[in-house]
Amino acid sequence: MSLLKYESELREPLIDGEKNYHQVTEDIIGPIETKPTTAWWIGLSISIALLIFGVYSVYREVVYGIGQWNLNHTVGWGWDITNFVWWIGIGHAGTLISAILLLFRQGWRTGVNRAAEAMTIFAVICAGQFPIFHMGRVWMGFFVMPYPNTRGPLWPNFNSALLWDVFAVSTYFTVSLLFWYTGLLPDLATVRDRAKTKFRKMFYGLASFGWTGSTKHWQRQESLALVLAGLATPLVLSVHTIVSFDFATSVIPGWHTTIFPPYFVAGAIFSGFAMVQSLLIITRKVLHLEDYITVGHIEAMNKVIVLTGSIVGCAYLSELFVAWYSGNAYEWWAFRQNRVNIFSPYGWAYYGMMFCNVASPQLFWSRKLRRNVLFTFFMSVLINVGMWFERFVIIVTSIYRDYLPSSWTVYYSPSIWEIGFYLGTFGLFFTCYFLFAKFFPVIAVAEIKSILKTSGENYKAKMTDLERMDSEKFYVEEVEHAH
Amino acid sequence: MIKKFVVGSFEDEKVLFPAVKNVRRAGYKIHDVYTPFPIHGLDHALGLRQTSLHTMGFIYGITGTTIALWGMGWIFTTDWPLNIGGKPHFPLPAFIPITFELTVLLSAVGMVWTYCWLNKMMPGVKKHHFSPRATDDAFVMAIECTAKSNVAEIEAFLAQNGAIEINVQDAEDGWWFGRYDKEQKLYRTEEVGVE
Repeated sequence: MSLLKYESELREPLIDGEKNYHQVTEDIIGPIETKPTTAWWIGLSISIALLIFGVYSVYREVVYGIGQWNLNHTVGWGWDITNFVWWIGIGHAGTLISAILLLFRQGWRTGVNRAAEAMTIFAVICAGQFPIFHMGRVWMGFFVMPYPNTRGPLWPNFNSALLWDVFAVSTYFTVSLLFWYTGLLPDLATVRDRAKTKFRKMFYGLASFGWTGSTKHWQRQESLALVLAGLATPLVLSVHTIVSFDFATSVIPGWHTTIFPPYFVAGAIFSGFAMVQSLLIITRKVLHLEDYITVGHIEAMNKVIVLTGSIVGCAYLSELFVAWYSGNAYEWWAFRQNRVNIFSPYGWAYYGMMFCNVASPQLFWSRKLRRNVLFTFFMSVLINVGMWFERFVIIVTSIYRDYLPSSWTVYYSPSIWEIGFYLGTFGLFFTCYFLFAKFFPVIAVAEIKSILKTSGENYKAKMTDLERMDSEKFYVEEVEHAH
Repeated sequence: MIKKFVVGSFEDEKVLFPAVKNVRRAGYKIHDVYTPFPIHGLDHALGLRQTSLHTMGFIYGITGTTIALWGMGWIFTTDWPLNIGGKPHFPLPAFIPITFELTVLLSAVGMVWTYCWLNKMMPGVKKHHFSPRATDDAFVMAIECTAKSNVAEIEAFLAQNGAIEINVQDAEDGWWFGRYDKEQKLYRTEEVGVE
């Protein structure tokens, strides 16, 4: 009889080093209790500077109008919608790790889920800014909400993919936030109970909602996490599906394809995992969490990257094939002239995308490279650049040469304020992340403790004897039973 | 209400489980067991019934489905039947995305609200904490004393079952609005309290 399910000895430990429950608390909560380092202040200052530049760029746009961006009649969606899709895609990995891997009972998610979910929330906040400010008259943004009003009542068009987006993104944000925060409550209570200063006791006391760790509360917590994971799983698929509908339900050559939903979802997970890698490789180094976010975790995420990267690659090729095979002259022209032709104005973006997203991740078939932390970091940045190219290619190359050659814009290049808006969302994202990493536990402490005795290195070493004994006993019984 | 509790802390879940069983078999009333992480099976060992939170989630969910479908249908067929390119006024496939999103939204928000309400959790709520280690590395069992309880006997029983830290606490068993940076508040009055 063992109360704990033990894991096969062939599996790598998920927690390295000599650990016990208290040591886990010390390792993860410890960095929250020290004074911020100089590097943290420098990082935060740079992020806030970028954020201020972004706010100023948005201010220009609000005061002077969308013309501040170099959008024109033909290219009506430029960097802003590219960035919207890019950020929202990044968010998807967090939900995948926290919800889908929870349903699949993947133990390794416990090391990375908290930071990945935080990343999701910050990325969705960043993403939301783009469509909101793209409205132009942002002070009338509430018009998208269906509510009885004095304008008729004038209702939004429920048949429109853009309105579906409003519902999808706001629901996604709310559900991710709830999922993240309810999981955070027990860990905030741990911080609260260790707090020494008056302010910390008050702050974490308020933030932890009075959590005690009662058995009944844990039972409800587990039920809640499971159902929220069950809801978040189709939700995350629906969100990027609906984002892809923004394009797929239109009749623009290059957008009007049925492959978009799965292709966008795979791309979202692909770019999201790359962003998780970028953030966690730095976080584990700075906060000395290598024992919890092990090379094994990085390798597991790299496997997801090579899988989703290959799905994206297949999608690119089948999209190209169908454009030719459909016999639709406009569709084929959009692909042949605007994308594949390297000498066309945006040929570089298409080949940049192919290189970063399809060719380079194939290197992860090598186990040695998958387990190389520096190489992974480099690849994660490359993939995010590639995924930005993908959205840029989809949006701009489909519209910059429309049906009327006289309105073709040979070159659309963003203005400094359009770029500034993008940089500003980086500032927002990293400001949030720096504050999160300093004041919140970046790893789910309670969840790590719950797998410690099955997957901790020191416990696994002890457990293998037990396991061997059990399997031998099982074999003997089986043999007896057979005769 | 102020009650008297005998509190035993355990360091290993393998010791905790038989202890829970023995304490219950001996007829003592376990107020609660506080653990730093969820321990599967402990709820059954304590005789707690399965939570019906997920049923509430379902009810909130179908409420969302109904509101979305009925709302969009009413708006587009009755309140303001707008002609959008000659499309039907009740295009069910086009209503699916928003219906789905509202189902998920209401289910999630409703469940979290119910969860907080059942657990009596919100910012500013304070409860008695039997041991600060309950959120760190100890499994803390609180046994409620009645007028007939022999405290020394319970303490000895806990020690025999592997508790490493045992003490007796007078504590408020409910919740109140309070601050964690202040002293533990005991609403001690003459008529309540067990001796």
